[in-house]
Amino acid sequence: MSADAAPVHARGLVKRYDDVTAVAGVDLTVQAGDVYGYLGPNGAGKTTVLRMLLGLIRPTAGEARLFGRDPLVDGARALEGVAGFVEEPRFYPYLTGRKNLELLAALDGHGAQGRIGEALDIVEMTDRQNHKVGGYSHGMRQRLGVAAALLRKPKLLLLDEPATGLDPAGMRDMRALVARLSSEGTTVLLSSHLMPEVEELCNRVAIVRAGRIVYEGDLISLRARAGGHWRLRTTGDDEALRVLRAQRGLTAVEREADTPSAAGALRFEGDEAAVAALSVALVESGVGLLELTPVRATLEDVFFTLTEDAAEEPAPPPTTAADDAGALAA
Amino acid sequence: MPTLRTVYAWELRKLMAQKRTYLGLGIAVLVPLIFAIALLLQSGQPEDVAFGRYVRQSGLAIPPVLLIFGSIWLFPLIAALVAGDIVAAEDHNGTLKTILTRSTDRSRIFVAKALAASTYAFVALAAMGIVALIAGVAVSGLHPLVTLSGTTVSSGRGLLLIVASLLVYMMPLLGIVAIALLLSVVTHNSAAAVVGALMISLILQLVTILPGLGALQPYLLTTQFNAWQGFLRTPVDYSPVVRAAWVCTLYAVPALGVAFTSFVRRDVTGG
Ligand SMILES: Nc1ncnc2c1ncn2[C@@H]1O[C@H](COP(=O)(O)OP(=O)(O)OP(=O)(O)O)[C@@H](O)[C@H]1O
Ligand SMILES: [Mg+2]
Repeated sequence: MSADAAPVHARGLVKRYDDVTAVAGVDLTVQAGDVYGYLGPNGAGKTTVLRMLLGLIRPTAGEARLFGRDPLVDGARALEGVAGFVEEPRFYPYLTGRKNLELLAALDGHGAQGRIGEALDIVEMTDRQNHKVGGYSHGMRQRLGVAAALLRKPKLLLLDEPATGLDPAGMRDMRALVARLSSEGTTVLLSSHLMPEVEELCNRVAIVRAGRIVYEGDLISLRARAGGHWRLRTTGDDEALRVLRAQRGLTAVEREADTPSAAGALRFEGDEAAVAALSVALVESGVGLLELTPVRATLEDVFFTLTEDAAEEPAPPPTTAADDAGALAA
Repeated sequence: MPTLRTVYAWELRKLMAQKRTYLGLGIAVLVPLIFAIALLLQSGQPEDVAFGRYVRQSGLAIPPVLLIFGSIWLFPLIAALVAGDIVAAEDHNGTLKTILTRSTDRSRIFVAKALAASTYAFVALAAMGIVALIAGVAVSGLHPLVTLSGTTVSSGRGLLLIVASLLVYMMPLLGIVAIALLLSVVTHNSAAAVVGALMISLILQLVTILPGLGALQPYLLTTQFNAWQGFLRTPVDYSPVVRAAWVCTLYAVPALGVAFTSFVRRDVTGG
């Protein structure tokens, strides 16, 4: 392991299954110390990328390196200092939670046996450790999966939607754990489709859609990109619309229909000076102002824009992945 | 990286924690017991099978009868029950991804599994042999054994020959293990692998009774289940034993090779 090699370095990763392109050319670099969010809707190829990083499946094209090591060439040695799981963690149902961890620790070596008790404590599974995994709930298996990862004392943690199936307290604990591990120097790559989770934990994010990265950068730039719009309600929307269209510096003027939670309104984008001029013009045309409010776009909105808007992407391949994402989001 | 011994020990521990393991072992132990009890309760003996006539003269004749009876499907089934399951069960439980993301190479895990499945076949065969000997001696006593050549060997030498026979019987059994393991890797389905291995074993036996195919008989895996009978002739005939060694190797090695390659290279998408 070269000391300066990035924890994750992937170039041109492609994975095709028959006619489905699950991953369509992904470049990904995770630097030491990052908590990196890999964000995308169902079927975007998040799990598939993690499987390739972990050496579980072979890329159709491209290469993946963990700390400079290729899982295809170096086998288990490429996973030294790396831990994590994809999808739901799975264990032997006929063994107890503890026996499962003992088995995995035996496959790990490096003193992992000695960390079992501590790992079980961290995920609060100590009192169920002697029950068979076959009787565990989904959330309990998720916790055991995290414990299994901790046994390896990872420098790089790969987590696939780690909060799935956890109750609110479990989710909170999971996020606290990720934050703590990160503060202790662990690099984390976590996939998610929950923007709030990524927003809370991650410093960098890639947004994927249909197997491609459509945004990559730090969260601050993503927030700046979010932008926003204005919302306007008046006593005479038809006249107001005419004034709006005539006003310089305002764009994306639209009429929004009523929704159950908000009355219909006009929306537009523009800077504050243009909005100030608009308010004067409206009053001059005898239109009464009921509401004129700035609406900040949330990161969730950016996520939806990036992952749903077909025009955003140069030439989306007609893959099943894209169809899946579209169908669910529609 | 953990040693092969560690990984192998855990494969055995996993076997010991599963019910199906005891199903096969249970059958291996029960069959000789049932045979012995039947001898106690009824008069007469199996006449149409080698050694059948002597089961009341010497307890040593009982293991050979059971070896002949068991070669049709019983031992292939017991061996396949575990070998066919040992990889497919990981697919079924989704645990391949769990064990393949630790610090142990796929190749080592495969070898440990192959060894564990072979160990199981060996233990089942040994258990059958030991129970058959004890039950046989209890029912018919420890007396000299009449060989296939009609000569009589002392009970001590008879015992030795039985042990040697059991070891030779292991060779085709390992061939079955290899085939079941291959099916376990490629089908990802334990039932398909177990039934498939058993079918292959039955079809090979069927081949020998088809007209015109008799010449193949010496080279079939299942024929080697009779190789041990060379020991129970006077003088001892080693030629079937030698042939069993290379014929079984010709079956087992390619099967293991394909299974190994497929296991080491395959995409683990389940779980
Ligand atoms: N083994 C496989 N065989 C065929 N297609 C597959 C296979 N694995 C994944 N795919 C396809 O690849 C695409 C990406 O799947 P993947 O599981 O990586 O998505 P994901 O981003 O993890 O989705 P989710 O949020 O639902 O977990 C999907 O269209 C899926 O159907
Ligand atoms: Mg997924």
